Amino acid sequence: MLGTGLLQGLAVTARNFLGSFYDRRRFVTTQYPEQRTALPEAYRNFPFLVCESADDPMGTLRCVACQICEKECPPQCIYIEKSKDKKPDANGKPQIYPAVFDIDTAVCMSCQICVEVCPFDAIKMDQVFELAATDRFGALLMDRHALAKPNSYFQSIHPTEAGEVDSRLLAARLAAEEKARTAAAAKAAPKPAAPKPPAAPSAEAPKPSPPLA
Amino acid sequence: METTEQIRERILASLPGAQVSLVTNPGLAAQHSLLLGAAHALQAALLLRDDAALRLDFCSNVTGVDWPEREVSEADPTAPGGKVKRVVPGFLEVVYHLYSVALGHGPLVVRMRTANRSDQVTLPSLTPVWRSCEFQEREVFDLFGVVFAGHPDLRRILMWDEFKDHPMRKDYVEPDDFEWEPTPHGDVLERARRHYPAPARPAKEPAP
Amino acid sequence: MNPSGLPPLASLPGPQIRAVHDELHGDLLELSMGPHHPSTHGVFRMVVTLDGETVVKLKPVFGYLHRNHEKIAEGASYLGSMPYTDRLDYLCSMTNNWSYALAVERLAGQAVSERAEYVRVILAELTRLLNHTCLAGFLLQDGGASGTPLMYAFREREKILDLFESLSGSRMMCNYQRFGGCRADPSPAWLDSARALVDGYGRFLDEYEALLTGNEILMARTQGIGRLSPQLAVSAGVTGPMLRAAGVGYDIRKVDGYGFYPRFTFRVPIGADGDTYDRYMVRILEMRESIGILRQALRDIPAGPILDPKAKQRGLRPKAGEVYSRIEGPKGEIGFFLISDGGPNPYRYRVRPPSLINLTILEDMCLGQSIADSVVILGSVDIVLGEVDR
Repeated sequence: MLGTGLLQGLAVTARNFLGSFYDRRRFVTTQYPEQRTALPEAYRNFPFLVCESADDPMGTLRCVACQICEKECPPQCIYIEKSKDKKPDANGKPQIYPAVFDIDTAVCMSCQICVEVCPFDAIKMDQVFELAATDRFGALLMDRHALAKPNSYFQSIHPTEAGEVDSRLLAARLAAEEKARTAAAAKAAPKPAAPKPPAAPSAEAPKPSPPLA
Repeated sequence: METTEQIRERILASLPGAQVSLVTNPGLAAQHSLLLGAAHALQAALLLRDDAALRLDFCSNVTGVDWPEREVSEADPTAPGGKVKRVVPGFLEVVYHLYSVALGHGPLVVRMRTANRSDQVTLPSLTPVWRSCEFQEREVFDLFGVVFAGHPDLRRILMWDEFKDHPMRKDYVEPDDFEWEPTPHGDVLERARRHYPAPARPAKEPAP
Repeated sequence: MNPSGLPPLASLPGPQIRAVHDELHGDLLELSMGPHHPSTHGVFRMVVTLDGETVVKLKPVFGYLHRNHEKIAEGASYLGSMPYTDRLDYLCSMTNNWSYALAVERLAGQAVSERAEYVRVILAELTRLLNHTCLAGFLLQDGGASGTPLMYAFREREKILDLFESLSGSRMMCNYQRFGGCRADPSPAWLDSARALVDGYGRFLDEYEALLTGNEILMARTQGIGRLSPQLAVSAGVTGPMLRAAGVGYDIRKVDGYGFYPRFTFRVPIGADGDTYDRYMVRILEMRESIGILRQALRDIPAGPILDPKAKQRGLRPKAGEVYSRIEGPKGEIGFFLISDGGPNPYRYRVRPPSLINLTILEDMCLGQSIADSVVILGSVDIVLGEVDR
């Protein structure tokens, strides 16, 4: 009969309308900004630079200004200038650091390729999305001071990924220390290598991550 | 589907005198192609479409490739061990990927080449054979500058009508309109230096 | 183009509507719909010549969103082009990614792990659900049902986008596929929520169909409107649901059997009349088949690595050669043609855009229909201008 399809459709809309008063499944609106949904852990927005300590972010940047991300960035939004001098990194090894590290977030397309190509786990994706600004080059062009965030912040936004990164870095650091100790022992004692005592947890070995700034 | 070589034989059997040669693809995919001479391309395309064993009724993809003039060095035939440099003249190429919906096979890759890149750039349009070439040949005309004789409506499609150059050609020069950006690289950096001779980028970094 | 021999419309100053006098048709009206008309799905323009309300000529005008994606990709590394493919058809970034990754894998001879193949199928079918759901909403919106069907569609689409976001980090610009696998491994919890979504989707489709499929107004607006013959559809290179609605059972998932599709049982719905209603109905039926594929894939997905860590991503230099590779995207055949000269970036990079090629026969479908129907017909073609203009 003509009109049954219409009536059937109206029944659906009526069910949805009435259902929205008691059924969460039918009432899905979130009243942003008063209400907020939880961001998934994988959510990515713009990159930030990981530093070890919140107290001295410029001194403890993991970035060694190798410029791989600058070359690989598809929209070319990263600009790096290497430092002339070297600073010790987390392992005490002197490293070049970025004298200038700019990311133009107006150009960045949040593709995460810089994170994937970084061999030092120095650049990661942030989750701050409320970045509206009135000045194109003021707030949207982020320099290294604006980009640097401590490792504890990284752990708070991407706990799974940060856990993997930390254990990987810890393993690398222990291996480096092991190697340095063996080399030092070999230098100090030219006699045939005796079985070494198990490595005691040294003072500069795994530091707990610094508190969030 | 028959091999590309067999299809070539089939075309030559029906169209004696047609220029059809095999272009081998050295890549892993090994999608070899047939290079059709412009004179018989339309008849050959009709044959490919209507032949009972081929029935390539679906022209999926049409695109252009720009091959500018380049210098190759190859073994000298007169002096063993020697090398001679030879200039390969540039040309424009149009590539068609044909499939058969009726028989479910494909692709057959068909190519056509222009004589040069400047004044002899006319090729026969295959739109009368496959309607799907209509917009795609317009795009090749727009971006590469191949003129398709017999196309029903050959106008620019993506660029605007007054636009002069063909942007997909390898020697295309971008117009020198410049917008300052803070993270320039490569060509953009060069251009930034030309437009802003003093500091290419203002120092924003505060003293630590 | 112009019966009166007047200069083309675009070059005339002043208002965009003017009457053209023609002895045969009386007064014809040339009307420029778009590029800002809300029913054209983006910045798309149709120059329509009208005899009364009947379309006698229709010329689509493109290029408002042209950014020469292909030229950009020819200057970028193979990996660097992957995020740009998200922005072609921005509703279906997962299938764009897959098609591009498949082309590069065939060019470079890269094998894909079994788990990644399953994940790709799952994501491609979720993308199909997402795209067809949106299409049904947009189509009804174009037909004048403002709001309700589109909002219901978007409510469901949001659930799929949430899945994409929790897996890839982004709702629409997923940038998820890599050469030889996928970027992130879906967790068991993710697979469970995908299963829950798939289980609930059939119920949503039932409700959606109760709202629409039997609706007399929808039938009156779409049945017999914008007929497309199978011969013309094949010749014009129409692919995807539009081709199948015209009665041609050509599905690249079946024909080429790429990925792991031969492992799944599914049917290919085919239309009988090739009209707008068939194009709507074929998409609804395809969604039901996609649910079936998703159930099988989510049941059978094996454990294992998602991406071989040795598979080269950065600095990939495939051997010189060329490849054309295609998959069945939600809108039709999305293919990539790559020529490598052995260098770090492709010598030639070409996208076969299904949206653009499906528009070839827009004029044929609209001729003789009324101007209001041409909007519905365009809606049933299912275009995204990011892909049309590239």
